[in-house]
Amino acid sequence: MTIFEKQEMIVKQFENCADWDDRYAKLIQMGRNLPPFPEELRIDKNKLDGCQSQVWLTASIKEGNVIFKADSDAAIVKGLIALLLEVYSNQPPEEILKIPPEFIKKIGIDNHLSPTRKNGLGAMLKQIQMFAFAFKAMLKK
Amino acid sequence: MNNLMIEVPEMEAKRIFEVEKIRADFPILQREVNGKPLVYLDNAATTQKPQTVIDNMIHYYTFENANIHRGLHFLSELATESYEKARLKVKEHINAMSVAEIIFVRGATEAINLIATSFCRGGFYKAGDEIIVTQMEHHANIVPWQILSQKKDIKLRVIPINEKGEIIFEEFEKLISDKTKLVSVVHTSNALGTINPVYDIVRVAHKHNIPVLLDGAQAIVHNKIDVQKLDCDFYVFSGHKLYGPTGIGVLYGKAHILNSMPPYQGGGDMIRTVCFEGSTFDDLPHKFEAGTPNIVGGIGLGAAIDYLNQFDFEDISRHEKELLNYATQKLQEIPGLKIIGTAENKASVLSFTIKDIHPYDIGTIIDTHGIAIRTGHHCTQPTMKYFNVPATARASFAIYNTKQEVDKLFAGLLKVKKMFG
Repeated sequence: MTIFEKQEMIVKQFENCADWDDRYAKLIQMGRNLPPFPEELRIDKNKLDGCQSQVWLTASIKEGNVIFKADSDAAIVKGLIALLLEVYSNQPPEEILKIPPEFIKKIGIDNHLSPTRKNGLGAMLKQIQMFAFAFKAMLKK
Repeated sequence: MNNLMIEVPEMEAKRIFEVEKIRADFPILQREVNGKPLVYLDNAATTQKPQTVIDNMIHYYTFENANIHRGLHFLSELATESYEKARLKVKEHINAMSVAEIIFVRGATEAINLIATSFCRGGFYKAGDEIIVTQMEHHANIVPWQILSQKKDIKLRVIPINEKGEIIFEEFEKLISDKTKLVSVVHTSNALGTINPVYDIVRVAHKHNIPVLLDGAQAIVHNKIDVQKLDCDFYVFSGHKLYGPTGIGVLYGKAHILNSMPPYQGGGDMIRTVCFEGSTFDDLPHKFEAGTPNIVGGIGLGAAIDYLNQFDFEDISRHEKELLNYATQKLQEIPGLKIIGTAENKASVLSFTIKDIHPYDIGTIIDTHGIAIRTGHHCTQPTMKYFNVPATARASFAIYNTKQEVDKLFAGLLKVKKMFG
């Protein structure tokens, strides 16, 4: 599935949500379904600066695709991480760089992505793109 | 004839404290958030503004706007008069000796930075000197001193707190030495609600001839402040936490100390003479107010003080105390909820955590119900560290809050429990 298709799929999943409680309940559930974050990666080096919740993010490359692993101590942020990982993990770097996270807006939770929100999520998106950029350069060599 | 005439001072009739009528004074409280009536419980961050503050600021820009202190034209004199009247209101409100002791600044943060910078420039400190603060300081009363200490190699000594969030007074006394140059403590903690024993702190510090700075950012709105009674050397606060506008605050300082301090910033309005060989400075308070000040901010703050002074401060304190007690009792019914800061003497600030639920999640969910609280470290990371929490959720109550709003908070938190439980 391409990044675009994945985004569409997620948007569809959220379409049936009646209200905010529903939307957040779904998000929280998605966070809970994330595979456990390896404890040895929970180190300061992998931590993103965020005022309110802690976010850890790592990236590696496997068969030309970038694999992201991430976690947060806040359940809603973890749900947002699950969304981002669902869409961007295991994709080629150039695809990651090409496609902005439009689906976040469509779901109606883009307020969490505002750079002033200081929840580390805006920083995470930026970091995802930085990793993709770095891997793209590396693969070219 | 023994017909003694007893002179009764004329008592100003105070407005009756009716919360519904007070709510009607604050236009923002009539709005909805996320389709629900706004429940605003983030007053320790900033308070809402009554219509009279907004009206006074609009009136200024509509009818009086001009630059102050320099023009002799009609509007300039009018603007100057309004601005200086606001200074007088502040002076009366905190019972300073004179308007010379009231310096308008951007907020409490700038006030502390002004003192730190001026002390540094004036050579008040030498290497090895110490400043005493508490474990519960806001970053605004930590970082300016650290910046100063990088220049002058001074040290911060920290009064420890107990598990209730109260300072351990005996430890304070032990920290005092001949190296101590200043005691700079928060009057009321924004993260814990603790009201510190400031009278005792001033008394003990003065016994050793050490000046005291009180950070009144939170305290100013909950209690009537009398700087002469407190006998503190500096008292700082922000207008926006006192139902006034942002960008205006007050540095109160005893005149003889302010007089001995060099200016903070240089520029217009603070000088007497300027030539390229050197300048002489104006008298207090203008010496510390370089450039065109926040004129409308001062006027708004004056209006906020007038608004508050309609009421008996006892009524305000009683109302807020009732809300705090009610909320404390109610929230403790929630399983896993822990109140951070349980001092005996406490302002209407309620910090809490709920077991296994991140404050970010609490704040996000109840926001969808129109309830505004603060989550995070409240710019008090050392305090959070002491309580071993990364962050807390905080509800803080003001003059216009009601028990029904506490009930809504309670219901919202139960919902949070259900979602994350």
